[in-house]
Amino acid sequence: MNRLTTLFLGFFVTFLFAWLGLVIIPLISFGQLEPQVNPDTGESYPVVRSGLAERGKQVYQASGCIYCHSQQVRPASGGSDIERGWGPRRTVARDYMYDKPPLLGTSRTGPDLSNIGHRQPSAKWHHQHLYAPQSISPDSIMAPYRYLYETRRIQGAPSPDALELPAPYAPAPGYEVVPTEEAKALVAYLQSLDHTYALPEAPLPKE
Amino acid sequence: MMPGDNDAQERAEIDASCRGPVLLFFASAVFWLLAGTLFGLVSSLKLHNPYFLLKLPFTDIYLGALNFGRVRPAHLNAVAYGWASVVGLGVCIWLMARLCRVRLRYPGVVCAAGVLWNVGVLSGIISILLGHGTSVEWMEFPSYVTFILFVSYAMISVWAVDMFVHRKPGHVYVSQWYLMAALFWFPWLYGTANILINITPVQGAVEGIVNWWFGHNALGLWFTPIGIASAYYFIPKVIGRPVHSYYLSAFGFWSLALFYSWNGGHHLIGGPIPAWVITASVVASIMMIIPVVVTAINHHMTLRGHFEMLKYSPTLRFVVFGAMSYTLASLQGSSMAIRSVNKITHFTHYTIGHSHLGLYAFYTMIMFGAMYYIVPRLTGSEWRSSVLIKIHFWACAYGIITMVVVLSIGGLIQGFMLNDPKIPFYPNIINATKPYLIGRSVSGIMLTVGHLAFAYHFLLMLVGMGRDSGGPTLFNQPQEENS
Repeated sequence: MNRLTTLFLGFFVTFLFAWLGLVIIPLISFGQLEPQVNPDTGESYPVVRSGLAERGKQVYQASGCIYCHSQQVRPASGGSDIERGWGPRRTVARDYMYDKPPLLGTSRTGPDLSNIGHRQPSAKWHHQHLYAPQSISPDSIMAPYRYLYETRRIQGAPSPDALELPAPYAPAPGYEVVPTEEAKALVAYLQSLDHTYALPEAPLPKE
Repeated sequence: MMPGDNDAQERAEIDASCRGPVLLFFASAVFWLLAGTLFGLVSSLKLHNPYFLLKLPFTDIYLGALNFGRVRPAHLNAVAYGWASVVGLGVCIWLMARLCRVRLRYPGVVCAAGVLWNVGVLSGIISILLGHGTSVEWMEFPSYVTFILFVSYAMISVWAVDMFVHRKPGHVYVSQWYLMAALFWFPWLYGTANILINITPVQGAVEGIVNWWFGHNALGLWFTPIGIASAYYFIPKVIGRPVHSYYLSAFGFWSLALFYSWNGGHHLIGGPIPAWVITASVVASIMMIIPVVVTAINHHMTLRGHFEMLKYSPTLRFVVFGAMSYTLASLQGSSMAIRSVNKITHFTHYTIGHSHLGLYAFYTMIMFGAMYYIVPRLTGSEWRSSVLIKIHFWACAYGIITMVVVLSIGGLIQGFMLNDPKIPFYPNIINATKPYLIGRSVSGIMLTVGHLAFAYHFLLMLVGMGRDSGGPTLFNQPQEENS
């Protein structure tokens, strides 16, 4: 194997083989999925996110939530995700068809978020949790996302958006903590995370 | 004139031609090593102490750039694209010149490429810290940074191929196959992944596969070949005898080429992609046992009868530590691809332990060994202090062993608890992993000590404060041992 062409041919063929198998064939076979439309109601799944939630997804990416939180539910045979209540069914390729990129995640230092919008629908809860996770879960190791909030002097009437924070986390008297536009978008995104609809390839369990 | 003198003179001329670019790559790599270590340590501390360094020091300003979610990807990218890639490129240029027995022509172009690469990495890290990271693991840099890196990479690989084309007639050594292959595969891999994820994004599930095909093969087809090429060069070089078997070398190389490239899908076991993709990668990952065991046997047989040299030669000790870790990391990786094992280890700190066993205990330790060999030949002076090398070796060896052991145990506990739905996630699982997260920070401090000793020592070499005369700096002097 002393000839450049022979060597390169070997490099080329071995890699081409894998490239076709793991990139090109998946691209052809499930790179063009269509949403599931109910002909009677006109409902389409997965749901297309609102503009605000889509911006929130960018905040999620900018904030590195993915380094502790996954967004995928494994089938019952592959772990206890479903029994834990992280989702009623496994997630499938179609669930992520609008996600560019999908935020599947590889770490569960924190819980899975595939259905966090369903499990925890309250915006108020999310804002308090993002600002001070330990005010809700004292032993939590989650990073507080303070930079997404603004502490400001109350001028006139308090803001309706102001966070209700318990003792050690509350701002000084006369001040209030309000979410920035980014925080509002992020919470809208978290609320949109809901894969509790049925797809033919991933039906919901029978009640 | 003796033929030996001619050879020595030829080597000296080749080393002189590489001096500027290789030292530039090494110096910037050491900078990124320190930066990456700092990011890693800060992330680790934040994971068991979430209020650590939340504000800009001495102010009341909460800064996004200091948040775990940004420092953590800054760590990965600083060590992968800063330290590991840059030191690897430096080693690659030097090895190619030495093995092709040609002088590096127009070293200024390679220097320019090195500067460009560093500009790319620096802007990438700043982008991540400012919140412009993509959150696609291993590909967090925004696409304009990728473009800068690509141009720089093309310049360097063209130069390496040019050396190969103009090589002196004779045998092509096994290290050259690995280096040429890495230089050929990486742009294809990086290009494909960036086009399909960042430039013209495809649908979610396919992106997930491409992401992990890239993430795994950045290790398998970029760092690993450079690491193995170095092991194949330095082990025989230091002990002064040829590689045990040409046949095993070839078999190990081509089986790696065939199997490693199919890895990646097994990062998504249980994930939302068709089962055949996962199964293909699981099989490929198990098949990796073949090249790994073949390479391990080849290195072991080469070393046989010369193990006492590990007591003296820093290069040999670092490289052999790395080569042994390669075997361990790869076999562990194959085991983690088995579905029943993966069910426990997936999503846990066990995986983080595995990645450090690969990129640190294997790759980084070999790169340290390579630098101990190459730098004196470029600066014309010997390493100043065997004590500093000892501190470097033991702090890093104990540090990385501690990290892998602690994360593996913590990860297994986490994995078993996660699979028992009766155990609540909060607070039980969180509290069960905390002691191991603290243990990881302790190991990070040990690594930091080793890196500081090394960086200081390297700086002394760079500013011309190495030892002028005498033989290479060894851990111990062999003659003292004999007396």
